Amino acid sequence: MKIIVCVKQVPDTWAEKRLDPATSRLDRASGDAVLNELDEYAVEEALRIAEATAGSVTVVTMGPERAAEALRKTLQMGADAAVHLLDERLAGSDAVGTSYALATLLAAREFDLVLLGSESTDARTSLLPAMLAERLGLPQMTFAAQVEVDPVARTVRIHRQTEAGYDVVEGSMPAVVSVVEKINEPRYPSFKGIMAAKKKPLETVSLADAGIDPEQVGGDHAWSAVVDFAQRPPRGAGVVVSDDGQAAHQLADFLAAEKLL
Amino acid sequence: MSSDQSSAGAKGPAKAAIDPLDFVDTRALLSGEERAITDTVRRFVDDKIVNRVGGWFENGEFPAREIAPQLGEIGLLGMHLDGFGCAGTNAVSYGQACLELEAGDSGLRSFVSVQGSLAMFPIRAYGSQEQCEQWLPPMATGSTIGCFGLTEPDSGSDPGSMRTRARRDGSDWILNGRKMWITNGSIADVAVVWAETDEGVRGFLVPSGTPGFGQYQIHQKMSLRASDTGELVLDDVRLPDAAVLPGVHGLRGPLSCLTEARFGILFGALGAARASYAAARSYAMERQQFGRPIAGFQLTQAKFASMVSALSQGTLLALHLGRMKDDGRLAPDHVSLGKMSNVRTALDICRLARTILGANGISLEYPVIRHMTNLESVLTYEGTEEVHALVVGKAVTGLDAFR
Ligand SMILES: Cc1cc2nc3c(=O)[nH]c(=O)nc-3n(C[C@H](O)[C@H](O)[C@H](O)COP(=O)(O)OP(=O)(O)OC[C@H]3O[C@@H](n4cnc5c(N)ncnc54)[C@H](O)[C@@H]3O)c2cc1C
Ligand SMILES: Cc1cc2nc3c(=O)[nH]c(=O)nc-3n(C[C@H](O)[C@H](O)[C@H](O)COP(=O)(O)OP(=O)(O)OC[C@H]3O[C@@H](n4cnc5c(N)ncnc54)[C@H](O)[C@@H]3O)c2cc1C
Repeated sequence: MKIIVCVKQVPDTWAEKRLDPATSRLDRASGDAVLNELDEYAVEEALRIAEATAGSVTVVTMGPERAAEALRKTLQMGADAAVHLLDERLAGSDAVGTSYALATLLAAREFDLVLLGSESTDARTSLLPAMLAERLGLPQMTFAAQVEVDPVARTVRIHRQTEAGYDVVEGSMPAVVSVVEKINEPRYPSFKGIMAAKKKPLETVSLADAGIDPEQVGGDHAWSAVVDFAQRPPRGAGVVVSDDGQAAHQLADFLAAEKLL
Repeated sequence: MSSDQSSAGAKGPAKAAIDPLDFVDTRALLSGEERAITDTVRRFVDDKIVNRVGGWFENGEFPAREIAPQLGEIGLLGMHLDGFGCAGTNAVSYGQACLELEAGDSGLRSFVSVQGSLAMFPIRAYGSQEQCEQWLPPMATGSTIGCFGLTEPDSGSDPGSMRTRARRDGSDWILNGRKMWITNGSIADVAVVWAETDEGVRGFLVPSGTPGFGQYQIHQKMSLRASDTGELVLDDVRLPDAAVLPGVHGLRGPLSCLTEARFGILFGALGAARASYAAARSYAMERQQFGRPIAGFQLTQAKFASMVSALSQGTLLALHLGRMKDDGRLAPDHVSLGKMSNVRTALDICRLARTILGANGISLEYPVIRHMTNLESVLTYEGTEEVHALVVGKAVTGLDAFR
């Protein structure tokens, strides 16, 4: 089976994130950048399916130059090839533009399955998997906590995680599947994987190469715009609850007031 | 729900230019591949070791059969060797891996040092094709565990005085003697045993279960408790000629292995130091005495300044020696200097860190006392601090002060 995984490089999950006042965009230049955590799970699942079906895994990202680091990490984990959609005019694309660009890139390629993480830790929209499926006209199977493929019948069956439990959803291949954390435990890149990654193909593709219309991508063509933003007010002093027999009630009231219960 | 004192002071978007745990940005000196290897080991240690190792230390155990296959899967066992299932990384990567392992525990790093540098290295360097094919692939995956027997009850710093003897009997060899303080000794599937023969010191591969070969655990240790240390007893052990390492005669054999392992230690010890320093730092930011965090006192800050400069210097030395090794310019004297200097540095850092934790500094709930006492073994094994001082002193003066 041929599997494509879409990944994103995001600012380090634990680092403080910052908006650039000049562009109202996330400042991606400062600080460490990492492979979006849920995308690691998608890569892991792709590798497992490929190992079981003698298939191949190609990883795709759209992002600035340094996003190649995230691709290299997936090659170290064991992916076979990587494609970097890199073009200045893509900067500032919203989910609509991103899904258009990726769908155009993917439509020209052969695949049985597209895997994605169900959300990125920076924008956190969870929109891309659904939009991508829609644009490609393929079954969209999101929030998968388990994926089973039948290469002969050409079907995919997932456990779609819901608040109550899970739904079993079946679709035909090719399909677009997004995964949740529960699905697996991503492997550590082994030393052999790390050393082999250098020799694997990492292709860089421009808008023109991929036949992507520059008028439909980038910040200037985004459907939504950031009008204004403000710093979150500093965290105020907390409340100390001392246990005079009522502490449990006070805690429960607090949790209820914060809508955590 | 108590007020968060530490974040109240840190306001504004200003990015800290300084990483307190890597003050002079030594990470920038690593290649992409070296960083990836470092990160893999760090993540493994954080996920699989850190939460459990205090308990192992307390109980005096190391679950080698559980952990070794995981180390093998990552590629840590014999990582700097070529072929026979080994990853074949460069020397700096090997050093970095040792550092990250020892940030977990010196016992864990010792396991990997012994397996890779003391047991697999001599087989790779001096073994026959058949010996390499038989032993190296399962040792690389961690299904077979090795050990290295040089030290004896009456022969430590002066291995030339060893009493273990091997004599020929037809085409076989007969071994007699005792080996002491052998890491992985009681659990090993194969021991590389160095013995005196009529042809000088030679290395033998002794499989566990060979008649006359006894393996016993050493108890009552106060250091390196999360590591097996054993005694090997060789009582008329009969081995075929195929068990002797054909490629080396004389003390050069075991000493070359030790140079490999020591190279890992001069990085590794800094891992223990970094972990202790990190623990002291986070403790000091939280711990309040006299109405404020103890990190705010000048004496505590002087300790941090001293620790972080020593750690930075040690790391730069290690990386420099690593580059020299990768360039083929590293002499055993360089390794002696690095081992002596960095283990001492690490021990001093751990002792300072320990004071910052007050009474908690002697508790296994924190990693510091464990690292500190572990380093007492690291100071002694692979050549004591004094012996390395003599090696350096000889290189400096040309005068031999050993005897
Ligand atoms: C936890 C642990 C694990 C070990 N694992 C292994 C292993 O896997 N394989 C193995 O073969 N060995 C192993 N060892 C043994 C270790 O290598 C020896 O302990 C070390 O070489 C020192 O030898 P010794 O203990 O006999 O001390 P000694 O040689 O008796 O030294 C005692 C003291 O005298 C000093 N001294 C000796 N000679 C001189 C001199 N000429 N001038 C000045 N001072 C001198 C030493 O520096 C030291 O301070 C291990 C030891 C420990 C503690
Ligand atoms: C085995 C053991 C037995 C003990 N038995 C007893 C006992 O029987 N009875 C009892 O009451 N206590 C006992 N103690 C507690 C002991 O007295 C305390 O550990 C000691 O007073 C230090 O306090 P602390 O551990 O809270 O460290 P802290 O006071 O938190 O000190 C931590 C670090 O901060 C430093 N520091 C603190 N204030 C300052 C400052 N103003 N300027 C610069 N540096 C500062 C300290 O020197 C230390 O390095 C025992 C401790 C141990 C380890």
